[in-house]
Amino acid sequence: MSDSILKTIFGRLTFESFPIHEPILFGTFIVVSLLGLGIVGVVTRYRLWGYLWSEWFTSVDHKKVGIMYIILGIVMLLRGFADALMMRAQQAIAFGANEGYLPPHHYDQIFTAHGTIMIFFVAIPLVVGIINYVMPLQIGARDVAFPFLNNLSFWLTVAGAVLVMISLFVGEFARTGWLSYAPLAGLQYSPDTGVDYYLWALQIAGVGTTLSAINMVATVVKMRAPGMTMMKMPVFVWTALCSNVLAIAIFPALTAAFFLLMLDRYIGTAFFTNDLGGAPMMYWNMVWIWGHPEVYVLILPAFGMYSEITSTFSGKPLFGYSSMVYATVVITILSYLVWLHHFFTMGAGPSVNSFFGIATMVISIPTGAKVFNWLFTMYKGDVRFELPMMWVVAFMLTFVVGGMTGVLLAIPPADFVFHNSLFLVAHFHNTIIGGVVFGLFAAMVYWFPKAFGFKLDEFWGKVAFWGWVIGYWVAWTPIYIVGLMGEPRRVNHFDDPSIQPYFVIAAIGALIILVGILGFVMSILVGFLKREQLRDTTGDPWNGRTLEWSTSSPPPAYNFAITPVVHALDAWHDMKARGYERPRDGFRPVHMPRNTGTGVILSGLALALGFGMVWYMWWLAALSFAGLLAVAIGHTFNLNRDYFIPADEVSRTESQRQQLLLGAGA
Amino acid sequence: MRRALRLPQRLAMLALPALLGGCDMVVMNPTGDIAVQQRDLILFSTGVMLLIIVPVMVLTVVFARKYRRGNANKTYDPSFTHSTTLELVIWSCPLLIIIALSAVTWTSTHLLDPFRPLERISPGRPVPAGTKPLEIQAVALDWKWLFIYPEQGIATVNELALPVDVPVRFSITSNDQFNTFYVPTLAGMIYAMPGMRSELNAVLNKPGTSEGYSANYSGAGYSNMRFKMHGQSPADFARWVAGVKAQGGSLPTERFVALAKPSEKVPVMRFAAVQPQLFDRIVNRCVEAGKPCMMDVMTRDMARAGGNPHDHRMGAGMPPGRGAAPIMGEKPTPALQKAPEDKGSGPNVTKPAKPGKAPGQLKPGDQRNRDLSALPSFLRGAAGAVRA
Repeated sequence: MSDSILKTIFGRLTFESFPIHEPILFGTFIVVSLLGLGIVGVVTRYRLWGYLWSEWFTSVDHKKVGIMYIILGIVMLLRGFADALMMRAQQAIAFGANEGYLPPHHYDQIFTAHGTIMIFFVAIPLVVGIINYVMPLQIGARDVAFPFLNNLSFWLTVAGAVLVMISLFVGEFARTGWLSYAPLAGLQYSPDTGVDYYLWALQIAGVGTTLSAINMVATVVKMRAPGMTMMKMPVFVWTALCSNVLAIAIFPALTAAFFLLMLDRYIGTAFFTNDLGGAPMMYWNMVWIWGHPEVYVLILPAFGMYSEITSTFSGKPLFGYSSMVYATVVITILSYLVWLHHFFTMGAGPSVNSFFGIATMVISIPTGAKVFNWLFTMYKGDVRFELPMMWVVAFMLTFVVGGMTGVLLAIPPADFVFHNSLFLVAHFHNTIIGGVVFGLFAAMVYWFPKAFGFKLDEFWGKVAFWGWVIGYWVAWTPIYIVGLMGEPRRVNHFDDPSIQPYFVIAAIGALIILVGILGFVMSILVGFLKREQLRDTTGDPWNGRTLEWSTSSPPPAYNFAITPVVHALDAWHDMKARGYERPRDGFRPVHMPRNTGTGVILSGLALALGFGMVWYMWWLAALSFAGLLAVAIGHTFNLNRDYFIPADEVSRTESQRQQLLLGAGA
Repeated sequence: MRRALRLPQRLAMLALPALLGGCDMVVMNPTGDIAVQQRDLILFSTGVMLLIIVPVMVLTVVFARKYRRGNANKTYDPSFTHSTTLELVIWSCPLLIIIALSAVTWTSTHLLDPFRPLERISPGRPVPAGTKPLEIQAVALDWKWLFIYPEQGIATVNELALPVDVPVRFSITSNDQFNTFYVPTLAGMIYAMPGMRSELNAVLNKPGTSEGYSANYSGAGYSNMRFKMHGQSPADFARWVAGVKAQGGSLPTERFVALAKPSEKVPVMRFAAVQPQLFDRIVNRCVEAGKPCMMDVMTRDMARAGGNPHDHRMGAGMPPGRGAAPIMGEKPTPALQKAPEDKGSGPNVTKPAKPGKAPGQLKPGDQRNRDLSALPSFLRGAAGAVRA
């Protein structure tokens, strides 16, 4: 067969595209393949494919979609953290004559993949997953506003993650940093597959995130239980609302920036090139108009989680609920006005720089107010230091330091010194680990019994907690210090041997964090093995205050047999205080959305489209695009979308629950 | 102002952990007046923020201990959920801190603006009237720094020499990537961007050698895009200039084009003569013969748009359409216009297979550019000789 036909069929995919000659990658590939085969084997052996397909993959139940999001996030956390360990090892040894074990071509892919994966495929799926699971329960809804869209959003995110994972073994990932700045990411300087993988993975996942945000906003606005006015919503619902409003507004900016960069690469426009009138700086502006609000998309829900947990474990309503709500809204609005602080050093001029610097600092006022509100929620409380509450206290002590270095970075002349240094890297890990990650772990421990009906193992939960908290400080304090020595970020080799000890300490810290991660995985495994001891039959293991604790653990498919009526802020606490009696009869059939495989099929086609475009297999891209349209249009004619759970089945489920409650002595 | 700074600064000094004392923290201990002022600003604002951060951390620990369930000796009052006085305090404390910091931010951002000519050499020593700053032009190339001394007519690669206590004005640009010009001991970092000129006014107060970086990731050779900065007494500086001049060697266009090709770990190079307009032509992207300068293109297009070069209507300053020849090098063939046999291969290798073959700017979009580690031929002999 001639070369031309081969190229038409396979595009630029050749034997070279597979890392047969790369020991690190090939070893990883073998391990991952064996692991994958093992999982496939187990699933086939126990005939689970049908169960997984009909009960999980095609499910439109917000609870199952939420759990799948969280599993995706944890799996990708392991990948992203493996990248982190490799970077830490390289920086700990690459001094003077020692070049380390990662040449720049490999190291640069690793730090790009680390950042991309941790934000887009770890933080976002975990946050979206927890919102997905908890928020509808907290507002007394039976599902989200658009259940099918929810399933589709999840699978589109998976398609993006799969594309990133494929790039590990077929071709390369981007070597351009996690935002793939122009002009480096242009065709001129990055002609290989890396940036294309990056762009297509994030575009596909970005569609999922945008759709999910629309879905969540519609759910909060339209589906709250009767009586739950805006100012009676739990704070987590408020933060979920603000976070998703932000996401709807900012993701189009990122999509547009990536789309223009794609045009540059695929049809030869000159939006972000150095020559021909292109403006690379425009790309920086557009990605940061997305990028800065994005950190609030992640941290606002985390603030909500801390609020719920502090209030529950202090046995008190949240102190200053309305000021908490206003603080959240103020942060939402201000976060649009600060993006330029990511490039003060580009010479915008002192007045522009001052404006964005001061706007950035102003955000710390509502954030500071929030911290005080959590403090005074503990004040005169009855604080139970169970695991979720331990995470909250660790967060408060860690996050304020990150907030302080953040305000420092917001002062333009100080930023001139810190920008692009390791100090900056330490700062954003301080806020993202100490803010978002701690919150996610607190939330997973807190809501796990709701989702699965048993608590996580406490000993391993504590291992996870101390591993993360100690590991964070050991890993990032030295990085703050080398930042003060003027060391820039993303460097894979250092000349000055005197700073090596700091990187060795940082690597040890990363290993301690690894203990934390493994501890969390163990707490799930051990919890599962000891599930009969850890079983929660009450549905309310922590003496909770909001509606999700009023239903069983795990909740039935329809969440609430009879939609609750809300009279007060902490609705479930209020119901308990007023001697709430569960309804025993009078159940009616429950209208439910039907599962559909369309989301999986559409995402599979999107994945094929992305892969075809990355590898210049135009036929594959064209076919899968046509397929996408056909399936999407075809799905609109599928009118078999809903069904009713009969009243006697509801009644049977509810009386089983009643038996359990009586057994628990409730 | 200075008096007011003292208490928070002392607080910050105390707060910085003792373990920091031993190491050489250049950001906290710089020798350039601008960097010293930036350091003072960092210490001052850290101190001001500690006024609120420390109480918050202490309160967190105190409340967490005092109100724990095991402590029988506490008051439990679940109705304490709102207090207008307390909320006023909660909002006004951070507000006051931020008002203070904002005022400092506004003034310091204007006073330490990199474009602003210096007013003092060091505290209490104003710049004498009529002093002309020393001009240095810094150009980021893939992956080395070119420094042009237009008044002295010399140029160096990866070596920067400065006379002490003389105001210096850097003009900064880049040929390919966004980099930042960063000498921690001298002043903060400034982006070097292709097609744009940025500026940094700074002064060094102590002689000595220190490290300079590019701090913005710009591709495979970025980690080694470093240089040494030598602070010298004015007499030593004059001797150094004379020495460079005596060494001979020049930087004509073709040598610059070769030098601009991507290369890593480039040794120090010195050129006794340099073309007078080189920097302006780099900024205007017209170093190579026959390339139109951006400034000329824009002037011509503005004229075409209505004859008035001050016309700021939409599109008035656009360069010629996409059919026109690119200003520098060939334009890469976009993916959808590639013939099947031109698609090349998307390899998965972590090391450059054939170093030295990359055509760089001369053939943009070439697959071999992923292995950008060529050394210009006239440099091969020098390579490895001096690694600054």
